[in-house]
Amino acid sequence: MKIFDLPGGVHPAYRKEQSSELAIRPLPLPKRLYIPLQQHVGALSVPIVAVGDTVAKGQVLCVRQGSFSATQHAPTSGRIAAIESFVAPHASGLAQDTIVIESDGQDAWGELPAPIADPFSVDPAEIIERVAISGIVGLGGAIFPAAIKLNMGQQYKLDTLLINGAECEPYLTCDDRLMREYAAEVIDGARLMARALGARRIIVAVEENKPQAIASLKAAAQAHEEIRVTGVPIRYPVGYAQHLTKMVTGRETPAEHRNAEVGVVTHNVATARAVHQAVRFGRPLISRIVTVTGGAIRQAANLDVLIGTPVSDLVEFCGGFSETPKQLVLGGPMMGQPLPDLAVPIVKGSAGILAMSAAELVESRERPCIRCGSCVDVCPCGLSPMEMAAFIRKDKLDAADKIFVGDCIGCGSCSWVCPSYIPLVQYFNYANGVLGDQARQRRKNDRVKTLSEAHAVRAEQAEKARQAARAGKTAAAAPQSTNEVQA
Amino acid sequence: MMAVGKSAPFSHAENSVTRAMLLVMLALAPATLFNFWLFGWPAIFLFATTVAACVGVEALCLNLAGKEIGFYLRDGSAILTGWLLAMSLPPWAPWWTGVVGAIAAIAITKQAYGGVGQNLFNPAMVARVALLISFPLVMTTWVAPSPLFSANAPGFAQALTITFGGNLPDAMTSATTLGHVKTELTRGISVLESTANLTALSDMLFGLRAGSLGETSALLIVLGGAFLLIKRIISWHIPVAVIVGVVAPAALAHAIDPDRYAGPLFHLFSGATFLGAFFIATDYVTSPVSKPGKLIFGAGCGLLAWVIRTYAGYPEGMAFAVLLMNALTPIIDQYTRPRVFGRARDGKPLVFNGSIE
Repeated sequence: MKIFDLPGGVHPAYRKEQSSELAIRPLPLPKRLYIPLQQHVGALSVPIVAVGDTVAKGQVLCVRQGSFSATQHAPTSGRIAAIESFVAPHASGLAQDTIVIESDGQDAWGELPAPIADPFSVDPAEIIERVAISGIVGLGGAIFPAAIKLNMGQQYKLDTLLINGAECEPYLTCDDRLMREYAAEVIDGARLMARALGARRIIVAVEENKPQAIASLKAAAQAHEEIRVTGVPIRYPVGYAQHLTKMVTGRETPAEHRNAEVGVVTHNVATARAVHQAVRFGRPLISRIVTVTGGAIRQAANLDVLIGTPVSDLVEFCGGFSETPKQLVLGGPMMGQPLPDLAVPIVKGSAGILAMSAAELVESRERPCIRCGSCVDVCPCGLSPMEMAAFIRKDKLDAADKIFVGDCIGCGSCSWVCPSYIPLVQYFNYANGVLGDQARQRRKNDRVKTLSEAHAVRAEQAEKARQAARAGKTAAAAPQSTNEVQA
Repeated sequence: MMAVGKSAPFSHAENSVTRAMLLVMLALAPATLFNFWLFGWPAIFLFATTVAACVGVEALCLNLAGKEIGFYLRDGSAILTGWLLAMSLPPWAPWWTGVVGAIAAIAITKQAYGGVGQNLFNPAMVARVALLISFPLVMTTWVAPSPLFSANAPGFAQALTITFGGNLPDAMTSATTLGHVKTELTRGISVLESTANLTALSDMLFGLRAGSLGETSALLIVLGGAFLLIKRIISWHIPVAVIVGVVAPAALAHAIDPDRYAGPLFHLFSGATFLGAFFIATDYVTSPVSKPGKLIFGAGCGLLAWVIRTYAGYPEGMAFAVLLMNALTPIIDQYTRPRVFGRARDGKPLVFNGSIE
């Protein structure tokens, strides 16, 4: 398969060997589970259970609010102990509305939707609906409701489903293990998704540092002509959807547009497996594979974890810390978030828990930029981080916007390479936050202006009509009353 | 409990500004040490004075600016500036050239603009040019090599009087190859004749000739440059473009009129071509960041150096050439930004017109 070249990229220390050879193990049933109402991008889900209710494993806890949202299910059987504010897996450490389930220890399944008997002959809409009610979101980190993406066939002409098994984020091996151990399920899920999308071919792309995963997937895909499994060069952030698309298809997604614009929809390997489980067994998304690793963890592991399990349970299962971690991260070291608290629950988007030792964390005090240009060389988006940061530092956000700070994908390659240790990507996240707010405010103002103008026009028209009516009434008062009488 | 204030990435390349500066110094070390041997104690004294003056002026400026002196000195940039300046001075020049140069380089060119990373012009080259214009005699008085411990070499005490007492023995002076050719040309002697009885090319390669520390010993400078390329401290773009920029017009002109124009190899191995290509023009702060920008910048440095050497009043033009191109760096940067992913060169989103089957 032809691999197209991409600009930029970096080679951070991958350190995947700490956990890559460790088979997935189930984590013992936790006593309490914490299910935040927001584990996806889109609208908050709405609880349909009350405190004190008994729930079965797989039972719906929260329903979608509109279609751009995700359903949440009970990961185990038990009692709703509380619906309260609880520390969320977010860098801010702020609390979020969370359903607390007290496990009854039975882990007893409730009634599940029936498997779709012959998914390749049913209406694709049925598969999409199943994915929606199963609470499936993008498990590669984007946590975008999967059903919305599977519906792209309605708006766009598509020919390719790209299954993303790149896992270019250092340390993480959950996708690697999933591909090795559940290759057949991944391939089946991919075929189901391609069916839903109406895409005629499937490409599964895996970074070349996972030869066993590639071999397993190739074996599982052998019977299916429409599937190509390919290795892609080892270079962070090759797993970013648009970049992976360019690499394997040569098609470059236009800025400000969706990937579907070039006929490609991407889904993560773990999402494919979740679709397989939902369609073939009616199982909702209630668990995920999580890598626990880092120099400060006693025993690394790849764990099959119920959504809502506190991070502390995972750490404890791994024997605790071998030294005080210098930095705890939710996700990988390049794009993960600092973990505010060990009480935080695992959510659908949590791929890893990283306990970094002091030796692993290369830190240094920030120095002035020396214009070495390394950031420009490594930016996979062709941006000029150095220049954007200089503008943002001077609060010239518009100037940064003009050289497309909004196109930054936040991969952190520039920060990683900067010899002056300038936290470049933080500048861009800040700028994009402010610019986003400004754009929203502008849109709001425009809307208010349009509405008030329309209102003024309507009021004027109404006033004219009233005057006309009054004039007409005075003139035609007599005959009108006669008519009324006649009527 | 943990450092929550930090945000991703939590991984970082094992590099730093200080490391980059140290590697450049390491790359300069072989040529420098060789030239210490070649020009003896006065060269060592001048080098030490220049570096010390640069560090001193830097510390003074940082103090005046209310900045943390130790932290900023540790980046190594002041030492490197002093080092490069010392390499561009006549090795037996008096001590005060190093001090005046340090003030021009560090105080005026670098710190007045805001310190490391903020200067528009290469500090060492501004200092060299300022000295050359202000003290032309001192800056063009070169000595023939007199290796340490050889018969003609000044001893430690005599060296002190040369550097700090201004007692340069007349008998020792000699012209640089570029200077010689220029002088002879003005006397109506053709380049072919004047280069015929001049230093052999092999001597130029190894550095056994008059010149600044950085002008002699082309070979060791190129080795240092290769080291920087291997260590990825610099990319090949600027050095290659500078060399092509000098060699191409030299070859062309020489082919047309060999009596008037020196050949490409002569230009390549004389003067500061290699020092300029690998160590001066590649200065991060004052050169463009993108690869096409670097090529334009380097070619401009090379071409201007050749033009100045050939047509202007000064025998060596590399310093002027680099400064002129430094002035163009911001505008080169502006026009050579990489293409943004998903956008055309003009910044508009791409239009996909491939076929979807």
